[in-house]
Amino acid sequence: MEAAAEPGNLAGVQHIILILSGKGGVGKSTVCTELALALRHAGKKVGILDVDLCGPSIPRMLRAQGKAVHQCNGGWVPVFADQEQSISLMSVGFLLEQPDEAVVWRGPKKNALIKQFVSDVAWGQLDYLVVDTPPGTSDEHMAAVEALRPYRPLGALVVTTPQAVSVGDVRRELTFCRKTGLRVMGVVENMSGFTCPHCAECTSVFSRGGGEELARLAGVPFLGSVPLDPALTRSLEEGRDFIQEFPNSPAFPALAAIAQKILDATPAQAS
Amino acid sequence: MEEVPHDCPGADSAQAGRGASCQGCPNQRLCASGAGATPDPAIEEIKEKMKTVKHKILVLSGKGGVGKSTFSAHLAHGLAEDENTQVALLDIDICGPSIPKIMGLEGEQYVDENLGVMSVGFLLSSPDDAVIWRGPKKNGMIKQFLRDVDWGEVDYLIVDTPPGTSDEHLSVVQYLTAARIDGAVIITTPQEVSLQDVRKEISFCRKVKLPVIGVVENMSGFICPNCKKESQIFPPTTGGAAAMCQDLKLPLLGRVPLDPHIGKSCDQGQSFLAEAPDSPATVAYRSIIQRIQEFCNLHQSKEENLISS
Repeated sequence: MEAAAEPGNLAGVQHIILILSGKGGVGKSTVCTELALALRHAGKKVGILDVDLCGPSIPRMLRAQGKAVHQCNGGWVPVFADQEQSISLMSVGFLLEQPDEAVVWRGPKKNALIKQFVSDVAWGQLDYLVVDTPPGTSDEHMAAVEALRPYRPLGALVVTTPQAVSVGDVRRELTFCRKTGLRVMGVVENMSGFTCPHCAECTSVFSRGGGEELARLAGVPFLGSVPLDPALTRSLEEGRDFIQEFPNSPAFPALAAIAQKILDATPAQAS
Repeated sequence: MEEVPHDCPGADSAQAGRGASCQGCPNQRLCASGAGATPDPAIEEIKEKMKTVKHKILVLSGKGGVGKSTFSAHLAHGLAEDENTQVALLDIDICGPSIPKIMGLEGEQYVDENLGVMSVGFLLSSPDDAVIWRGPKKNGMIKQFLRDVDWGEVDYLIVDTPPGTSDEHLSVVQYLTAARIDGAVIITTPQEVSLQDVRKEISFCRKVKLPVIGVVENMSGFICPNCKKESQIFPPTTGGAAAMCQDLKLPLLGRVPLDPHIGKSCDQGQSFLAEAPDSPATVAYRSIIQRIQEFCNLHQSKEENLISS
């Protein structure tokens, strides 16, 4: 019988989802941010834990860069992305003295900080904690999975782009999930085609078909394809709410559908 | 939060593991045992091995998915087009080794007589095998690649790296410093979310005194194959690589546009330069490769002048 998780700073968090890839630059942070915004629009309280220590992208995507982390009795107070405090964040990005400061750490030091992010951040009551990860299958991933294991994460969303070079890396990430006992909720194919704003011709800029093929090979659900939309990129650059501002974007229906599948896959009663 | 250069006394200092700021550092016991004091003998061994390697170039980014492996592969292809130039391509992305696929290799290590490749990808038996290793084990593999591979007479050794500023990057710089690295080529895409990480990589290069040959802006504009008009898929909201290079006083080696054929060539393991010789992307690549060669040759003659004077 599994020992119950010690009550700690994650005691009030209902569901934990990890966003993984294996491949860099496929849009993990983008999908993480958009999923958090979509869940917020569905009335949920969401936290984002950014364990990409070398390349922390989350603060900027929610216009929270430069904010400071404060201490309270329960530990570190997460940074809120909005006045209503419906999205809380934690990232090494908030702990840097200069934005261009490089976190040049070897594995053990990275592991230690990730453990702290899990145990020492006073997350409070959250419906979802979404965990953004760096590419790869190394220290950060092992540390995050180990630290979160007692809290029984819902699973992992695996992001790829269509081309074989991405799929090649992401297959290895799926093996990582299998080996560490992390359930794969599904595969998201990002950057699936670009519609020319001048003539509306759709080009497969990064090849095609990889996401579905990967899901099929691995026997996991295919959650959807998100097309390239410079408006989405621009929103993330400027820390704006894409979901609110661009409901007519070609990327919106795909992102909304993915969020809905996550909501549907969430068990109704949390222990 | 402790910053490594400020509070950490240094793994090889007399205070290693014993200083006040060492309390709580996961490496404390290792440092206190004196393990950091003696230099790794492998560094000298690698220096010896590297005597037959004329130029060493690291391809770095900080950001994932900007095209480091694509660029490394095509830099290798471009240099190797001259059959008198011996080129070696080393892939130290241990978790995500893309080079074998991009070079069209599945075990053989020579693409051409004058172009050899080494990657952990060759050591994996299945495409689903995951290399789930912590830092120290990855470092060991990199040491092996540099020390135990018989590189032979090589004009250019190109090292493809994973994204980030961590074990792999520290190790490759540490192991190759005695052997002298010509410099690093930094790859980025135009948008701020990439530049943000790339600036950190450049800080890393400055910290470890690694010369930066220059920056390449990849995925810089897309020409629609239908109407031929240009769009910015990854908008340079903060001025792109050009603004960053001006700020940091680094050369912008060139800008490579997005050509859907690049992705296809990589998927098929073909040289895009050979498959699409007239593409504006190929023209950009060739110009960048030339500038890199000029940098290396200039470096070499400066060194030779120093030695002979």
